[in-house]
Amino acid sequence: MNHSFISGNEAFAHGVMLASPAVISAYPITPQTTVVECLSQMVADGVLDSEFIYVESEHSAMSCAMGASSTGVRTFTATSSQGLLYMAECLPYAAGGRFPIVMMNANRSVALPWNIYGDQRDSLSQLDCGWIQAYAQDAQESLDLALMSYRIAERRDVSTPFMVNLDGFHLTHTYEVVDIPDREQADEFLPPYSTENRIDFDTPRNLCFSAGPDHNTAFKLSEHAGISRSRKAVAETEEEFLAVFGRRYTGLTEEYMCADAEFILITLGSISGLCRDVVCSLRKSGVKAGLLRLRYMRPFPAEEISRTVAGAKSVCVLEKDISFGFAGTVFINVCAALQNAGICVPTLNKIGGLGGRDITEEDIRDAFGDMAEGKTGIGFIGMGGSGV
Amino acid sequence: MIRPTARNITEDEYFFGHKACAGCGGSLAVRIALKVLGERAVAVLPAGCMSAVGFNFPQLCFANNAMISTFAGTASMMTGVEAGLRARGERDYQIVGFAGDGGTADIGIQALSGAIDRNDDMIYICYDNEAYMNTGTQKSSLTPFGASTTTTPVGGKIRGNVSGKKNMFEIVAAHGIPYAATANVGYIEDYMMKVRKASEIRGMKYIHVLAPCPTGWGIRPEEMIEYARMATDCGLWPLAEYDGGEFRLSRGMGDPSILRNYIKGQKRFRHLSDQDIGHIESMRDARWEKIGGSWKVPGRDRP
Amino acid sequence: MSALRPCLRSTVPEWKNGEFPDSTAYEAGYLVHRNSGWRNRRPVIEPELCTGCLQCYLYCPDGTILKKDGKVSVDYDFCKGCGICAGICVHGAIRMEAERQ
Repeated sequence: MNHSFISGNEAFAHGVMLASPAVISAYPITPQTTVVECLSQMVADGVLDSEFIYVESEHSAMSCAMGASSTGVRTFTATSSQGLLYMAECLPYAAGGRFPIVMMNANRSVALPWNIYGDQRDSLSQLDCGWIQAYAQDAQESLDLALMSYRIAERRDVSTPFMVNLDGFHLTHTYEVVDIPDREQADEFLPPYSTENRIDFDTPRNLCFSAGPDHNTAFKLSEHAGISRSRKAVAETEEEFLAVFGRRYTGLTEEYMCADAEFILITLGSISGLCRDVVCSLRKSGVKAGLLRLRYMRPFPAEEISRTVAGAKSVCVLEKDISFGFAGTVFINVCAALQNAGICVPTLNKIGGLGGRDITEEDIRDAFGDMAEGKTGIGFIGMGGSGV
Repeated sequence: MIRPTARNITEDEYFFGHKACAGCGGSLAVRIALKVLGERAVAVLPAGCMSAVGFNFPQLCFANNAMISTFAGTASMMTGVEAGLRARGERDYQIVGFAGDGGTADIGIQALSGAIDRNDDMIYICYDNEAYMNTGTQKSSLTPFGASTTTTPVGGKIRGNVSGKKNMFEIVAAHGIPYAATANVGYIEDYMMKVRKASEIRGMKYIHVLAPCPTGWGIRPEEMIEYARMATDCGLWPLAEYDGGEFRLSRGMGDPSILRNYIKGQKRFRHLSDQDIGHIESMRDARWEKIGGSWKVPGRDRP
Repeated sequence: MSALRPCLRSTVPEWKNGEFPDSTAYEAGYLVHRNSGWRNRRPVIEPELCTGCLQCYLYCPDGTILKKDGKVSVDYDFCKGCGICAGICVHGAIRMEAERQ
């Protein structure tokens, strides 16, 4: 293991290098570029033995990854924002084809207006496409998720593509000290990919076919079952990861001071660090604050959220996303989980960070203040509390 | 190169039991190419007629490895398959794509151009039936001038398609592709020879095969081959190769006068006036003038 | 060795009782339906006129002309009756006859 001072994108690239995908296909887009530049350099230097395919669009990046995955080899791609949406047709295709492709998405705002900075409207708009979605908090978790994502996605009982999300610039371009595992450790943790869902010259296959009304539901149920089983796969993979690397992860969510919390903030991604500081500070002043970080959006941690929130007086979802005409996508999902579990608690939705707008410590304190006042509904941070 | 013939070609059928319309030119193009390429061909077909008729689970009509790609992603999925098979250490395989005219010249042209640029080792076959036949005969950029389609209907103001066929063969050649050819299901031995030739050249290959659609063209199924041949004989669909940076005509124009029969016999052209047909003839003549000036022509040493 | 081609199977996957498929990949060339019902005419080969030139074999869009003892025969399970074979045969060895129900 060695300690390196690297960016989130570089950390992710190192994780990918340790996973040694046979085929990488990618098209550049800010702020994803440095991850594919880093991998290109590794290929050029001969430290990574991958076929790097310089495709002409994100749609082709994912088509190419699917083609490669259909031969039964490990694949990687990365994108962001407009690129993710440009390849959107291919996302349910990869999930329906049960191709365990790993993709890094650098979370970035979606035009219009044009904006290259971070928010999570890109990936959250694709929640329903059948991919596992994880959200990293820091560079170390980014690298670790690169390795764990392959282990989870490629399990035969899962066979589902995996999107790892890193907040654009906040995480992709900030530097941290990261432990880079040894090749031996990585190989011990991550077995070679093997599947029967592949082109085979001894027993030829017809793949990616049509299935009409009689059979379609069976395939969709299969897909749902696969991604649902990834709940268990995440837990088991994190145990294996702990055994090899000594770092512990906490499943689909991560709790901070939630056990006795009256006011729980739910969020995801890199903003969690600042939220944790605020919770810590509020605790010192006697406020029973807690933070629940969603590490995964699919599979959705409905049980974990319900269990954590069951005793709270109020809940606020802070997210860099808005499903126009309703509320934040994370909020909508959280409310559905609470409703299904029969938990009746006031819920507040704070929309912030759109197009990279700063979310300050004060904004987070305000969220806890609003919870304490029993406020509910939706508010856009920094816009005078307007939720329209 | 051993010229493939009816006698030496495999008796294996790789595309069989499909639900294509009776007399479908596209299905003949797929069937014959796979017979030439053999069991180690991996076929990629985008959304379109041939995937719609060949992959309806559980009726799966390819005996070899075959898959459907997204409509726009034929060439890029082929690239991935090729890279994956190479990475897993396979040898002696052929990656072949079969996309229609819309899948090639419209929605798939970006991915096709990228694959030619990378010079990936594979064969892309465009089976051209001159409209979006799978969705009910809508105009594509390979629909010929004057043709009536469901989106270029004949009305009081506009009478059929007002644009001509995009010149895919020369667009592809302009990339500097190692091998490109035009072919015609009506001249099947020539097509077989071109597929075989493509399979023996490394890098990217493109074959554009005219494949009449009786349903969309308004001809009887049993006339499919006859009309295919007429398209070439009357000079509207020249058969040629682009090889080593040079254009070479595969056969000369047959009988320019049969253009009128070719047009008049098809329901999609039935509304065309003598003046319209004259326009088609003059476009053909201009093209042949260009061909005569710059392409190698059989029986002539120099252009 | 007989030639490879997609062939009719007797079973169709049903996936009842909580079973479902692993992926959208399945055995190649798995046929469960014939195409014979499409036909209202059928090609009939006149063996004495057939020279075995195999043009019908080459031009059949459905691959339903079979080579047989230097001549040809028809796979009526999958022939759609398009008539291309009859049109292509310069020897007049194939005639189209109305299908009788």
